[in-house]
Amino acid sequence: MDNNLVNVLYLSSFVFIPLVMLLGLWLAKSLKQVRGVMVTGSSLLLLLAVYLVFDFLGARAADPTSEMLFTGHYLWFAPLHIEYAVGVDGISVAMLLLSAIIVFTGTFASWRLQPLTKEFFLWFTLLSMGVFGFFISTDMFTMFMFYEIALIPMYLLIGVWGSGKKEYAAMKLTLMLMGGSAFLMCGIFGIFYGAGGQTMDVIDIAFQRGGAHAIDFAQQCIWFPLTFVGFGVLGALFPFHTWSPDGHASAPTAVSMLHAGVLMKLGGYGCFRIAMFLLPDAANELGWIFLILTGISVVYGAFSACVQTDLKYINAYSSVSHCGLVLFAILMLNQTACTGAILQMLSHGLMTALFFALIGMIYGRTHTRDVRELNGLMRIMPFLSVCYVIAGLANLGLPGLSGFIAEMTIFVGSFQNADTFHRVLTIIACTSIVITAVYILRLVGKILYGTCTNEHHLKLTDATWDERTAVICLIVAVAGLGLAPLWVSNMVSTGVAPIVDHIHNAAQVVSQSNPFL
Amino acid sequence: MDYSQFLNMQEEISLLAVILIVFLADLFLCGKEERICAMGNGTALSATACGCGRMNVLPIALMVVHTLINLLPWCGSACTPVEAFGGMYQHTPMMTIVKSVLNVGVIVVMLMSANWLNRPENRIKQGEFHSLVLFTLFGMYLMISSGHFIMFFIGLELASIPMTALIAYDKYRYESAEAGAKFILLALFSSALLLYGISLIYGVTGTLYFDQIADKLQVNLLSIAGLVLFISGMGFKISLVPFHLWTADTYEGAPTVVTGYLSVVSKGSAAFVLMTVIMKVFGSEAFLGLWSTAFFWIIIVTITVANLFAIRQKNLKRFMAYSAISQAGYVVLGIMGGTAQGMTALVFYLLVYLTANLGAFAVLHVVEQHSGKIGMDDYNGLYKTNPKLAFLMTLCLFSLAGIPPFAGFFSKFFIFMAGFNAGYPVLVFIALVNTVISLYYYLLIVKAMYIKTNDEPIAPFRSDCGTRAALVICMAGVLLLGIVSAVYNYIDLFSYGI
Repeated sequence: MDNNLVNVLYLSSFVFIPLVMLLGLWLAKSLKQVRGVMVTGSSLLLLLAVYLVFDFLGARAADPTSEMLFTGHYLWFAPLHIEYAVGVDGISVAMLLLSAIIVFTGTFASWRLQPLTKEFFLWFTLLSMGVFGFFISTDMFTMFMFYEIALIPMYLLIGVWGSGKKEYAAMKLTLMLMGGSAFLMCGIFGIFYGAGGQTMDVIDIAFQRGGAHAIDFAQQCIWFPLTFVGFGVLGALFPFHTWSPDGHASAPTAVSMLHAGVLMKLGGYGCFRIAMFLLPDAANELGWIFLILTGISVVYGAFSACVQTDLKYINAYSSVSHCGLVLFAILMLNQTACTGAILQMLSHGLMTALFFALIGMIYGRTHTRDVRELNGLMRIMPFLSVCYVIAGLANLGLPGLSGFIAEMTIFVGSFQNADTFHRVLTIIACTSIVITAVYILRLVGKILYGTCTNEHHLKLTDATWDERTAVICLIVAVAGLGLAPLWVSNMVSTGVAPIVDHIHNAAQVVSQSNPFL
Repeated sequence: MDYSQFLNMQEEISLLAVILIVFLADLFLCGKEERICAMGNGTALSATACGCGRMNVLPIALMVVHTLINLLPWCGSACTPVEAFGGMYQHTPMMTIVKSVLNVGVIVVMLMSANWLNRPENRIKQGEFHSLVLFTLFGMYLMISSGHFIMFFIGLELASIPMTALIAYDKYRYESAEAGAKFILLALFSSALLLYGISLIYGVTGTLYFDQIADKLQVNLLSIAGLVLFISGMGFKISLVPFHLWTADTYEGAPTVVTGYLSVVSKGSAAFVLMTVIMKVFGSEAFLGLWSTAFFWIIIVTITVANLFAIRQKNLKRFMAYSAISQAGYVVLGIMGGTAQGMTALVFYLLVYLTANLGAFAVLHVVEQHSGKIGMDDYNGLYKTNPKLAFLMTLCLFSLAGIPPFAGFFSKFFIFMAGFNAGYPVLVFIALVNTVISLYYYLLIVKAMYIKTNDEPIAPFRSDCGTRAALVICMAGVLLLGIVSAVYNYIDLFSYGI
């Protein structure tokens, strides 16, 4: 068999496994069978992702030059030059691993979900199929297709199984994200036809005319904002972040985990891979506008989290702040900051999933998420509470956990930009660390310590085995990333380097339109 | 006269054979006593006792054979362009594809209607239903293959007058009769507009053959007026805004199967004909800019107005009417620029739209048959009582809204791509923003079915085999047409630009 086909099949198994899972779920008759299918499938995905990491590291050592490894092409719609093209680099391998961990833990976190368990897992699996497909694709059409596959199940997942004002939140989230994808689709057409209309493959477009000027500068300046905003909506770019708090607060546990943990990363990944990589001149020229917006995201998200009283809202605003940091870092346009951005995606994905899992478990017991009604939980459910403290510490960037590594790399990278504009913004963004510490520590002190005043809460039990599985997996991952960051950051930086080089090779590196320079 | 040129019309001839067989079979299979009996005491007759039961199977079987024969590659006109009667009848391979798409639509509609036609009040007029449907189809065939304005006009009339009878099929139901009257009045009005446009063009060029007109036509006030009247006349048929006012009432009043037929097959053929005729007759550089500008505004208004009106509808047939108007706007996007890519995208869009829309109508129809309910609130909680139907409806709506991995996503993507490539990025952007609005109202139905609760939900029922077969065909289309790229690639082989 030729190499192309092997690679296509190899990476496509990330899509085939969910497809088989969908079929299995469709046929499943009992709750036991549904759970069996989910556990088998998600474990297989996790094993495959881990195997891919080692396989990738080996292949990368053998071939340090090409941008993507395991590339494969299958000509899909020949008249339109649309291919089903797959390939991975350091970034997408890391993202695939993250997704697999979240899907695996999400399965356990929704172990006891009622009612309509089968339907829930059907849509959940469809969502994860979209996520995996997005990360393995290198063709803009397939990326966009999988992107939308990942968005639409959210509507039903939130609308049917959610809580609170779920119908409003589900509709708002879906429409805002779909609005973003309308921008995005326009941007994709612009890139495709601007670059000659011969290929949709990301790598081919980027390097077809030696790089920088595949697309006219004037055109780039039109398509860059469209594409960046399109993905940025999903990455919680201010002022398009408003779907995030409502959506996360209303979603069921596993969906919040998957959505904040993985789906929001699609935004950052897409901005980096498509908007910046394919439109490098415009990224240099117009990046400053979005840099200001993301700076606002970072600080505003953190401040908003301070005044919320709902546990999920706190975490959702904290996500806005942290995901803002991802976009902030990639717009800094240098190797260190961009590596930091990818690390932040991993770190935020893991710890926010941990947070949402814990909040879901606490909510499942106390039936309230209002901070004012919760206190002294440490005595009642020590396991969950300790895990909550760990998640909080990871969130505020304690060394030894994943948050510290990511934020440290980002701020070091950002400060490397020597001009005042970038440095001032970096300093402003740094304040978010302090603000994060404020709301996390206050929160932990309020709900975990002290004495429990609510009599009903005294009878509550600690975590069950399935919940422990989910939480421990995530904590191991968070601590692993924090204690041994180098191998991940090395892997990621091999993927970041070509993209950053490409952006630096652009004709116009210093922005002419930025009034602050 | 050289009779062998009739062979070039073999698709029309084989359809005519189908019509005649159905016509005659109706005469002999449905005996006189049964007619009287059915009129006298309809409920006493069981379906098997009546020969009319067979009347459902026969036309469907014949249509399947007819479709398959015409798709066979060695059957004459499938491969090369041919003409007959000195150019009055013209045929290209693309037209075979479009006619086959229409055939599939008719087969699905007939499958859907089988159970409904077996009802006592309809049993005596089963034959009429099938004959009328096939006559309109024959008219569309002529319209598609015409090379001459008179031929075109005859086809158009043949496609719309029997349609009126179909719309007024439930003639004792007030709404149905009213819808029929509205449709015939507006159809005649639009035909008059169209004829006036044609006569102006005839006045300018002195000929009615498309090819000759294209050579002689100059840009002047008369020919522009002819173009405008032509577009307006066709706009009525496709129900583009501002010529859409008849649509909602007619769709609401007509029997649900007929509404499905009207919204897909009738509209689809008219859209394709609009594209081919405009490309053939007004294909010159000077006219290209004129009609492109006209369509630019028509599309924007059509999509936006229809979407905004659809949001407020509570009756699902009216709702589907506005949804169909906005879909027509997307279809016309393929005409922009008159490119080959646009033609492929348009035909592919029609095919995909056909499966998704007829699937949705099949669900509406079967629910209406079993419960008599058609309001959006009646669909609250449908998933609890009829999960499979609700699920199929969801897939169809997602396909209509353009959500992957369903076929609607691919067709929307391709038609936008064609519009973008033809040089209308702003138009594509506005259309894209409108897809978000359309997603909102499609999700309203999904919300009703899955999320809302209902005190008196639609009782669980088992749908009949005809509807199920129709749904299977539609689902196969919704799930496979996009992913299996061979369909698009095959259509692309035969498309042509100006």
